[in-house]
Amino acid sequence: MKTKYILPESLDKNSVPQVYEQCSKNEDLLYLDFSRVVSIDSAGVALVDYLKNKIPQLQLLNISDSITETMQTFKTELVPETDSRKENYFERIGEKTVEFAKSFKEALFLTADISFWSFISIFNRKGHRKGAVVQQSLLIGVDTLGIISLLSIILGLIIALQSAAQLRQFGANIFIADLIAIAMVREVGPMMTAIILAGRSGSAIASEIATMKVTEELDALRMMAINPVRYVMVPKFSAITICMPFLVIWSTAIGILGGLVIAVFYLDLSVTAYMTEIFEVLTLKDILVGLSKSIIFAWVIVIIGSYFGLNVEGGAEGVGKVTTKSVVVSIFMVIFFDVIFSLLYLGG
Amino acid sequence: MEPIIKVSNLTAKFDSTTILSNINIEIFPKQITVILGKSGCGKTTLLKNILKLYTPSAGTVEMFGQDITKMDEESLETILQKIGMLFQNGALLNSLDIYNNIRIPLEQHTNLPDEVIDRMISAKLKLVGLENAEKMLPSELSGGMKKRAALARAMILDPNILFCDEPSAGLDPVTSANLDKLLLKLKKQLNMTLVIVTHELASIHRIADHIIFLENGKVGFSGKLAAVMQSNNSDIKNFFASGKF
Ligand SMILES: Nc1ncnc2c1ncn2[C@@H]1O[C@H](COP(=O)(O)OP(=O)(O)OP(=O)(O)O)[C@@H](O)[C@H]1O
Ligand SMILES: [Mg+2]
Repeated sequence: MKTKYILPESLDKNSVPQVYEQCSKNEDLLYLDFSRVVSIDSAGVALVDYLKNKIPQLQLLNISDSITETMQTFKTELVPETDSRKENYFERIGEKTVEFAKSFKEALFLTADISFWSFISIFNRKGHRKGAVVQQSLLIGVDTLGIISLLSIILGLIIALQSAAQLRQFGANIFIADLIAIAMVREVGPMMTAIILAGRSGSAIASEIATMKVTEELDALRMMAINPVRYVMVPKFSAITICMPFLVIWSTAIGILGGLVIAVFYLDLSVTAYMTEIFEVLTLKDILVGLSKSIIFAWVIVIIGSYFGLNVEGGAEGVGKVTTKSVVVSIFMVIFFDVIFSLLYLGG
Repeated sequence: MEPIIKVSNLTAKFDSTTILSNINIEIFPKQITVILGKSGCGKTTLLKNILKLYTPSAGTVEMFGQDITKMDEESLETILQKIGMLFQNGALLNSLDIYNNIRIPLEQHTNLPDEVIDRMISAKLKLVGLENAEKMLPSELSGGMKKRAALARAMILDPNILFCDEPSAGLDPVTSANLDKLLLKLKKQLNMTLVIVTHELASIHRIADHIIFLENGKVGFSGKLAAVMQSNNSDIKNFFASGKF
């Protein structure tokens, strides 16, 4: 192979790939001839620097002053990589555990903070903007009402349809009402509302707070001697506490309506028989348990959304990350609390 | 004269990187103190540590004679009400229009009637040259307009101390000169103490009483504007010779 390589007229980002290809394959390369080169850009400089580094005895021939000047300007020096020691498996587990304990503690503090200020705000309206609670309630309610209605009626239909065939075999048609009533009031209503709220309002809360954090809006509030928890989070907390029971009642009612359709058209029950059975089977306790757990779900959603929002790292891409995380975690926590509720009321 | 702010042995770190080490600063009332330094040297970090937005790794900050680093929330809020801060990026609440942004402190900390509030807001907006921006959202303003709206918000309660992080960055020379006039008026007519980070040489000459020059995480120079011009420090010389870094 030749020891001398003649560089093209312009050594720029268009010609560099080809030159790189040929030069890095050439084991014997000793001289780079610049005689034809009239222009060079930063890609060209980087290539020459790379080759000089790779082949220490490399010499540059016939290089003009203007090219030398450009080479000076774009001179590249690789920052030596600081070798970070790889952590072993157990160290990583330990670190994660400590991190988890820390975030758990922080989340608890945040919960205490939000609950405290929400309680205070019942008596003292200062601390957040006038009309903020109403505005947030409308946002949460209007945002989710449509999708909750749609899914509730579909779920009511599905549950009724799935069980109708079984019940018909035994001539136990009327029990469709019991089944729908209990399922909707105790489980499906609260749970589905919570999951939709986590997806729509929880994510909105997380991303709004995270954005406020990265754009320093929360710091700015702090500098105005305003407590960000009180100003930003409490109205959301109050709003969701107010909205949630209504949404759950609505969702339950619509679900029962869905069951009614199947009961009437597939099981040949009358509307009155179905409704009478519904009201007979439902106890006040069922309704209260359903509503109280839905309020717990609502709190879980706000607190987790706020927590992840506050702990955003980085800029805009961090906001997206914590938003996704908050939705996943709050759905998980909703199901977790549902299990706890089920255990508490086992047999009841 | 007693300093109104006294920073002692302040050290600031991000994770393990030390940004500021052992900073000692005194800021005197009714003066304009200008903080200078290369981009990225830690001026914003210093302001945020002084204001307890970041917790200093070491050191104390006294304001109005009280140590705020160990202060409880309630007392701190009382002090913060006497302070205004203009953030480098403005930090207006994006969900509210300019009027409502400026209204926040008035609504939260005073019992003023709406008629007075409205007049105060329009007066402050006029001072920063944004008479017609009340109904606009921050996203509808230019960078320099956002800055000025944020300044109006920072000074709406006529604070005793006003911190400004690069108030004139991104402004044309005329607007910038008007802004300096405003800052001087605030000092003279309202007895305000101002702490200002700026790179604008012209502006420094117009407004600075006292200069603090940050260098390699330390205070490289602190003194009167006249004295800083005599300094032998090569970075300071470069700064005043070139105008800008
Ligand atoms: N949130 C952060 N996390 C980690 N490092 C940071 C963070 N914010 C700032 N830094 C680092 O601290 C140093 C000082 O930043 P700072 O914003 O205080 O500079 P500055 O003097 O205000 O610069 P400029 O004049 O450009 O505004 C920089 O090196 C920056 O990399
Ligand atoms: Mg800065």
